[in-house]
Amino acid sequence: MRKRSLIPIVYILFLMLPIYWLVTMSFKTTNEILGGFSLFPQAFTLDNYIKIFTDSTWYSGYINSITYVVMNTVLSVSVALPAAYAFSRYRFLGDKHLFFWLLTNRMAPAAVFALPFLQLYSAVGLFDTHIAVALAHTLFNVPLAVWILEGFMSGVPKELDETAYVDGYSFPRFFVKIFIPTIAAGIGVACFFCFMFSWVEMLLAKTLTSVDAKPIVATMTRTASTSGYELGLLAAAGTLTIVPGAFVIYFVRNYIAKGFALGRV
Amino acid sequence: MNKQINQKAWLLVLPVVVLVAFNAVIPLMTVVNYSVQETFGDNVFFWEGVGWFEQVLQSPRFHDALLRQMLFTGLVLVIEVPLGLIIALAMPRKGFWVSVCLVLMALPLLIPWNVVGAMWNIFALPEIGLLGKGLNNLGFDYNYTRQPVTAWFTTVLMDVWHWTSLVVLLCYAGLVSIPDDYYRAAKIDGASAWAVFRYIQLPKLKRVLTIAILLRFMDSFMIYTEVKVLTGGGPGNATTFLSIDLDKMALGQFDLGPAAAMSLIYFLIILLFSWLFYTLMMRNEAQ
Repeated sequence: MRKRSLIPIVYILFLMLPIYWLVTMSFKTTNEILGGFSLFPQAFTLDNYIKIFTDSTWYSGYINSITYVVMNTVLSVSVALPAAYAFSRYRFLGDKHLFFWLLTNRMAPAAVFALPFLQLYSAVGLFDTHIAVALAHTLFNVPLAVWILEGFMSGVPKELDETAYVDGYSFPRFFVKIFIPTIAAGIGVACFFCFMFSWVEMLLAKTLTSVDAKPIVATMTRTASTSGYELGLLAAAGTLTIVPGAFVIYFVRNYIAKGFALGRV
Repeated sequence: MNKQINQKAWLLVLPVVVLVAFNAVIPLMTVVNYSVQETFGDNVFFWEGVGWFEQVLQSPRFHDALLRQMLFTGLVLVIEVPLGLIIALAMPRKGFWVSVCLVLMALPLLIPWNVVGAMWNIFALPEIGLLGKGLNNLGFDYNYTRQPVTAWFTTVLMDVWHWTSLVVLLCYAGLVSIPDDYYRAAKIDGASAWAVFRYIQLPKLKRVLTIAILLRFMDSFMIYTEVKVLTGGGPGNATTFLSIDLDKMALGQFDLGPAAAMSLIYFLIILLFSWLFYTLMMRNEAQ
């Protein structure tokens, strides 16, 4: 038993090393980083963080990112809910093909779509808005949300629906009052995954924005290229991008594992 | 579950179809459009037919990138899937440590991809990075910006760091869903640890493992941001995978025709593999 628990411990240590390195760097000055190798910050500084929290080009990046991620999550899950219900309860013309077609969009490389997306969203006048990024990310998040929710819904016995209809519930009322509370855990998991994949994506988010909706990940690349290598600042910004994810994981930790297990491919 | 036939269900699916069609079909048609035309700028296009497709399929550049991509995806799958399974098997099943393990392990999954690249970049720098300096002090000649082999090593290590947790979480979820009675029965029969794994755990894990392999295949085949930030495809072209090559062609050289043709070929390859996998799995499930 002792020997067995060593494996996860070693693995977690391996996971933490690069993160530790990033966090230490964020407390160093750029000169110290470039000057040589040190395990701990020699001259501990909070300047990198102060710069980020006081400079609006930096902190607005975070606000933009969180804005479109939340928009995308709400949008993806709310359109996925009725669709997942249809897939889990009914058979209809072309259902299997439709399900596979939805999944194929999860397989489309973002690099393939970057340029056409730019043209499409410029043409409809949404370029450089939060809604453009939120809409673009539905490409891979909606299929994922449908997939996860369908798994959860299939686990709910059909008798629940039938009893409700016998009791005189209309479909919308049944769906909102009875069904959604029943699969609340599933909705939580779907939200988590939508949040995650929208938060980590950067190619499309960067392509579709220039100033007003510029995400933090794009701000970081610009800083790296124009003002030399401000490694300390970059590390601090990177560290701050880990924080929202860590919060979200903490809240859904009991559902993460479950969400993967259910759901059919 | 016996499902009722109901064509009105289409109404429930309609919002998803409209949204995804807007996002997928229109851009895809744009790509198809470019792939059969030639332009010299000014939005003037000429019909080119399948010329670009022939050109891409015959170019050594595409072959090399495809080969590198397959090697990378193969390596990643061979390392991450068994490793994830082993870690999931060794994880505690109950108690406080489960939450700690899950939260810490899921952390890499929620870090933006370019931050992952940047993080590994500074982590692996030969002079000032922990990994690079450490390996050099141990006597290895390590410099991922110059040597193709170490660049590959770093890229694969980064991907293992980034995504093994996904396999762990999936396998763990599968393991937790096995009822205790199965283990009790195995104990009464005096089954060895290997027999428990082979005849109880592995069959139950088949489905989650399939999902894990499918997801890892798709995502590693599409890998772009992390490698772009870490090595930029270099040194030379050593780590130029398909997405990076495509990006160089489309945005770097603005060769829209060949880039579009390559996009479609690329997409079709992923689709083909995933479809094969999907049908095989559905057949298994039906049995």
